[in-house]
Amino acid sequence: MSNYEKNIHRWGKISGILAILMFTSFPLFFSIYFDAWPNFMDVLQGLLGIVPIFYTVGIIEAFTYAPMLGAGGSYLSFVTGNITALKAPCAINAMQFAKAEPGTAEGEVISTLAIGISSIVTTIILFLGMILLAQLTPILESEILAPAFANILPALFGGLAVVFISKNWKIAVGPTLLMIIIFIIKPSLAGAVSVLVPVGALFAILLSRFLYKKNLL
Amino acid sequence: MFNVNHPALFWMAGIVILYVLGQSVFFSYKAYKRALELGIERKKLFSIMKGSAVFTIAPAIAIIIGMITLSRFLGLALPWLRLSVVGALTYELPAATTAASVLGISLSEPISLAKAFSVIAWVMTLGSFSGIVIVTFFFPKIEKGLVKIKSKDEKWGNIFMDSLFIGMISAFLGMIFSGVTSGLKGFIPIFVMLFSACLMMIFGYFVKKKNIGWLSNYAMPLSMLGAMIFSIPLSSWIGG
Repeated sequence: MSNYEKNIHRWGKISGILAILMFTSFPLFFSIYFDAWPNFMDVLQGLLGIVPIFYTVGIIEAFTYAPMLGAGGSYLSFVTGNITALKAPCAINAMQFAKAEPGTAEGEVISTLAIGISSIVTTIILFLGMILLAQLTPILESEILAPAFANILPALFGGLAVVFISKNWKIAVGPTLLMIIIFIIKPSLAGAVSVLVPVGALFAILLSRFLYKKNLL
Repeated sequence: MFNVNHPALFWMAGIVILYVLGQSVFFSYKAYKRALELGIERKKLFSIMKGSAVFTIAPAIAIIIGMITLSRFLGLALPWLRLSVVGALTYELPAATTAASVLGISLSEPISLAKAFSVIAWVMTLGSFSGIVIVTFFFPKIEKGLVKIKSKDEKWGNIFMDSLFIGMISAFLGMIFSGVTSGLKGFIPIFVMLFSACLMMIFGYFVKKKNIGWLSNYAMPLSMLGAMIFSIPLSSWIGG
């Protein structure tokens, strides 16, 4: 076993715990510095409003994305955020280019490297965005550019779909049709798409298991 | 009166962001070194890094729009922190709105009470921990389960991984169809997705048939950018 494989979980655990402490430090130091401790019941009530949905989504995301992104990629992306619309597609793109399969030693390092670089670039762009916010706001919020940013997910997943449907069309057609039907029947689910990711994954796994057992894959 | 853009807030946010940046650099460096040990060429690794950087630009700019939205009532420091690290606008906005509604305050103007800001910051922070906690403490167990599946039957293990990816992609492809019942306007995302898919196929043709290898690294970001640009005249034509 390499030095990397031996240590990755230790690095992940230590950096994850430190990240949780660092994230908590912002409201903590805020409360101390401004002498503005929140009312416990207000925080609890606020949390009760979001935790049932967002903790469920977070748990689902952890179990769905962790196998795809590998150890290093998962430890990093769950700290740096924006997994669905940025880190996971970025890692997929890099693994496709390198012809590395997820779950292999090569896939693991490529995914981690892609997510690491993506996180660094995001941090730099957001820093520049914050500094230049006054100048950027009229451009980014202009009516001309609004459709481009409103359609970033279709633009992203159109390209990704070609890669995966062409690779595994037998597995892909069923879940895609199922999801299209679900969203046409219940359009309001668009706001909770993360919850439907495991539904699609479970359906894809069951379908591919059936096809595999019938020697159709 | 409390100022949502107080300099101390930028220091507090900046230190946390620096930590996360350091973590990204550390993991990237370790992965890079391990990739070299595995025999992956330096040139290929640089291509992957360049490709990942290019891929990130458009989504990261979209995150700035989220920062603008949140900054209207939270100032700049807290949104800068939340969107640079664990969060995404789809979580941060409902979290802030829920906390504000508990306090009965409006988010149409900057928050003027430090206690209200404090409640919102605590709720946004504590409400976002589930994913990171699961991965930090239970990742080895998830990995063990996968290794077990793979060691039993490698071919099925690979199909299983592909099914996970397809599950994610199918959910988002389905979501793109959620507006079709609202008329032609609802078809804009579908046309954008199809345009992106067509671009991807064209790039794929050049990569495979014309042997333009470097293009495969940029095919996805270029398809995404091309489709985003396409959505501008399309929306003005259809009236989105």
